[in-house]
Amino acid sequence: MEKLFTLNIVTENNIGLLNHVTIVFTRRHLNIRSITASESKIKDIYTYTIVVKTTEELIGKVAKQLEKLIGVYKVFVYEDHELIHQELALYKLPISAIKSGINIEEIVREHSARILDIETEYILIEKTGHKEDTQKLLKALQPFGVLQFIRSGRVAMAKPMKSLDEHLLEKENAYTYSNT
Amino acid sequence: MATTTQTTKEKPAQQKNKIMNGADSVIQSLITEGVETVFGYPGGAIMPIYDSLYQSGSKLRHILTRHEQGATHSAQGFAKVSGKPGVVFATSGPGATNLVTGLSNAMIDSTPMVCITGQVASHLLGFDAFQETDIVGISMPVTKWNYQVTKAEEIPEAIAKAFYIATSGRPGPVLIDITKDAQLGAVENYEYKKATKVPSYFPYPKLDMEKLREAANLINNAKKPLVLAGQGITISGAEEELKTFANRTGIPVAATLFGLTAFPSRHPLSVGMLGMHGNYAPNIKTNEADLIIAIGMRFDDRVTGDTSRYAINAKVIHIDIDASEIDKNIKADVAVISDAKKALIKLNELVQKNNFEEWLAEFRKLEDIETKAVIDLDIHPKGNEIKMAEVVHEVSEQTNGEAIAVSDVGQNQMMTARYYKFVNPKSIVTSGGLGTMGFGLPAAIGAKLGSPDRQVVVFIGDGGFQMTIQELATAWHYKIPVKIVLLNNSCLGMVRQWQQLFFDERYACTIMTNPDFIKISEGFGLEAIKVTERKDLKKAISKMLDSEGPYLLEVSVEKIDNVFPMVPSGASVSEMMLKA
Ligand SMILES: Cc1cc2nc3c(=O)[nH]c(=O)nc-3n(C[C@H](O)[C@H](O)[C@H](O)COP(=O)(O)OP(=O)(O)OC[C@H]3O[C@@H](n4cnc5c(N)ncnc54)[C@H](O)[C@@H]3O)c2cc1C
Ligand SMILES: Cc1ncc(C[n+]2csc(CCOP(=O)(O)OP(=O)(O)O)c2C)c(N)n1
Repeated sequence: MEKLFTLNIVTENNIGLLNHVTIVFTRRHLNIRSITASESKIKDIYTYTIVVKTTEELIGKVAKQLEKLIGVYKVFVYEDHELIHQELALYKLPISAIKSGINIEEIVREHSARILDIETEYILIEKTGHKEDTQKLLKALQPFGVLQFIRSGRVAMAKPMKSLDEHLLEKENAYTYSNT
Repeated sequence: MATTTQTTKEKPAQQKNKIMNGADSVIQSLITEGVETVFGYPGGAIMPIYDSLYQSGSKLRHILTRHEQGATHSAQGFAKVSGKPGVVFATSGPGATNLVTGLSNAMIDSTPMVCITGQVASHLLGFDAFQETDIVGISMPVTKWNYQVTKAEEIPEAIAKAFYIATSGRPGPVLIDITKDAQLGAVENYEYKKATKVPSYFPYPKLDMEKLREAANLINNAKKPLVLAGQGITISGAEEELKTFANRTGIPVAATLFGLTAFPSRHPLSVGMLGMHGNYAPNIKTNEADLIIAIGMRFDDRVTGDTSRYAINAKVIHIDIDASEIDKNIKADVAVISDAKKALIKLNELVQKNNFEEWLAEFRKLEDIETKAVIDLDIHPKGNEIKMAEVVHEVSEQTNGEAIAVSDVGQNQMMTARYYKFVNPKSIVTSGGLGTMGFGLPAAIGAKLGSPDRQVVVFIGDGGFQMTIQELATAWHYKIPVKIVLLNNSCLGMVRQWQQLFFDERYACTIMTNPDFIKISEGFGLEAIKVTERKDLKKAISKMLDSEGPYLLEVSVEKIDNVFPMVPSGASVSEMMLKA
C-alpha cells in the first residue's frame, strides 16, 4: 500500500549532492512531492526534507541507497503521525479585494493567517500549516481573484527526544574506517 | 614478461626548481599513492597532466589504449587480478564520455578504479566551451564518488580521497574532473597525505556478534544447508576462511559467476555455479535447502530467477558489507552486515561439524545427470564441428586451471565459467552485472599488466571482439603477451540462442558476415592462426600457450550451439532445463 513518507536526509554541504540524492529517486521511478534544503543546527551540516508517496518496502530500500551516498550522514524515514510538520504559503491578491465589501481580515483571522504586506496594488497574505490548511485558505481567497499562490516544501521534525548529535555519534560508532 | 616500458625522457635538470603546478601534483600524488600503471588517452584539456607525466621520468607507466573505453576495461582487468585500483586518464568531452560504459561496469561489479579527466578552464564551465561536457553530472549515477577540482591546491587531497573511497568498503569507481586552469595553477605547499577517513563515508560496519550467534545457531541446526559464495569473498580476501568454514561444517559451497574463484572448483565440497547458466545441482537444490548462507553475493536476477519462487524452503543468512544489499532482492532472516573475512573468522569459532553426506550425495546425483546430458556431449562432441566448450576445456586442461581466464560476454563467457576449472583466487575476469561486450580484450591486457607472471587467456566471441578490436594495437605496441582465443561462430551466439529458444528461430540481425580475423590480427602485428578441425586443436592451443608475444587463436566453432543447462528468464531455479 502506498503511503506518504517524509525523509530527513542529513548531509554535507556539497555541490551536486542534491542532484545525486534525487537520482536515487529517479532510478526507482519515484515522484518527489516536495523538497526543502536547509541548514541544521550543526555547522556545515544540512537537512533535506523530501516527501514521497510510495510503499514501506520501497522507501526502506531507497533510504539505504541514500545512506550509502558519500556526503549523506543519515536518513530518517517518518510517517505523518511521527512528525510535526509545516508548510508555508504566500497569497497575492489585488488591492480591490479589500474594497470588495467582504472582510478579508476576518478570513485571514479565521484561518490563523496574517497579512504580510499591503501595497497600493496588492495585498500579500502568509499562512503556515499543513497542506490541507493552506489549501483551504486558497479556496477561501479564490473569489477575490488570487494573483499568485506559492507553497514551500514541507519542513518536519520528528517527535522523539533525540538530538542530531546523538544520532550522528551513534552512526560513527557503528563503523570503522579501515579494515584492520 | 616481454614488455617494454614507454620511452620517456629523464627529468631535465632545469626542471628541478620549477614551481610545481596542479598537473605535477597529480603525477606526484599518484606516485606517492603507489600507482605504477595508468591507462589513458590524451587530448586538449588534459595536456598539462600528460606534460607532467612526460617530465616525471619513467616512474609512472602509461599505457596508451586505442580508445578510452579500452582504458577503463584494462584498468578493471588490472584491478581484478591485482587487488589494486586501476587508474585512467582521459580528456574532456568525448574522452570523458567514452568512460561511461566502463564506469557503469566497474560500479555494478564493485571494481576499484580512479578516473582522472581533464576539463575546460573553470571560467568557461557552462559556456559550451570546446569539448566541454558535464562529466560530473553524467557520471554521478555510475560512480561511487565524483568531484570537480577547480583549484590547483585542492588536487592532492581530492586524489587521496579518491583512492581511499575507490578501494575501501565495497569498492567502486571514482572520477576526478580537473579543470585546465587547476592543472596549470601553482601548488605552493604540496603535501600528499593518504586519506584514512572521509566524513559521511562509512566503509566498514562493525560486526554485530549477536547476529553472528543467531547465524551460527541456524547453521548448527540446519539439515540441508548451502553456501552461496560471491565476489565479496574475493574482495575481502576471505578464500582461506571460507575453506575453513566449509571444512569445519561440511556444508556444500556453490558459487556465483564471480564466486568461482572464491572456492577451489576441485574441493570436495564445491558443487558448482549458480544461476541461469550455472550447474544443475546447485540450482535445483536451492529450492530444497533449508538454509541458505549467502556470503558476499547480491542475489542478482541471473542467480535467483523468479525471486518469489526462490529458496522456498530455506531460511536465509546474508553476510554482506553493504547494508543496502540486505533485503534488496531476497529477504534475509539473519543479516550480518560486515566484511566477509571478519565475519567468517568469528563465525568459524561458533560453528560445528554436522553430517551432510547424504545431502551432498544428492548434489552428486544431479551432477551425474548434468554430466551425461550436457557436459560429456559438450566436451567430447560426436559431431564434426568444434564446440566452444571443448576449446575452453582443453585450455583449462593445458593450463591446469591455473591461468587467469578472462572472457567477453555471451556464450563464450558462460562456457568459460562452466568449463574453465579455476584453482586460484583472483583468476576470473569478466563483465558480470553490466554484461559489456568488448570488455574481454582490453581487460585481458590490463590483467596481464596487473599480474605479469601469470598466463592470461581471454575467450572472446566474434561479436564482442569487433567492439574493442582496436586494442590489438595496444597489446602489440607494448608487447603484452595476452593469449586471445576467438570463438568464432559467425553469429551473436547468446542472442541467437534466445531467438532459437524463445522467438521461434527468428534470427533477427544476429548472423554476421565476418572479416578475416587472421589478416586483421596479423595487420596489428600479432601472430595468429585459425583452427577449423578438431584434430588440430590441441596442438594449436599448446603452441599459443608457449608463444612469446600477444597471440590470436581463432577457432571456427559450431554455429547452432547452445549453452545448457538454462534457467529460462522468469522461471524458478528449480525449473532449470537440461536441453531445449
Ligand atoms: C550473459 C550473462 C549471463 C550470466 N549468467 C550468470 C549465471 O548463470 N550465474 C551467475 O552467478 N551470474 C551470472 N551472470 C553474472 C551476474 O549478472 C552477476 O554479475 C553475478 O551473479 C554477481 O555475482 P556476485 O553477487 O558474486 O558479485 P557482485 O555483483 O560483485 O556482488 C558482490 C557482493 O559482495 C558484497 N561485498 C563487497 N565487498 C565485500 C566484503 N569485503 N565483504 C562482504 N561482502 C562484500 C557487495 O556488497 C555485493 O553485494 C551473468 C552475466 C552475463 C553477462
Ligand atoms: C555492448 C553490448 N551490446 C549488446 C549486448 C547484448 N548481447 C549479449 S550477448 C550478445 C551476443 C554476443 O555475441 P558474440 O560476441 O559473438 O559472443 P557469443 O555469444 O557468440 O559467444 C549480445 C549482442 C551486450 N551484452 N553488450
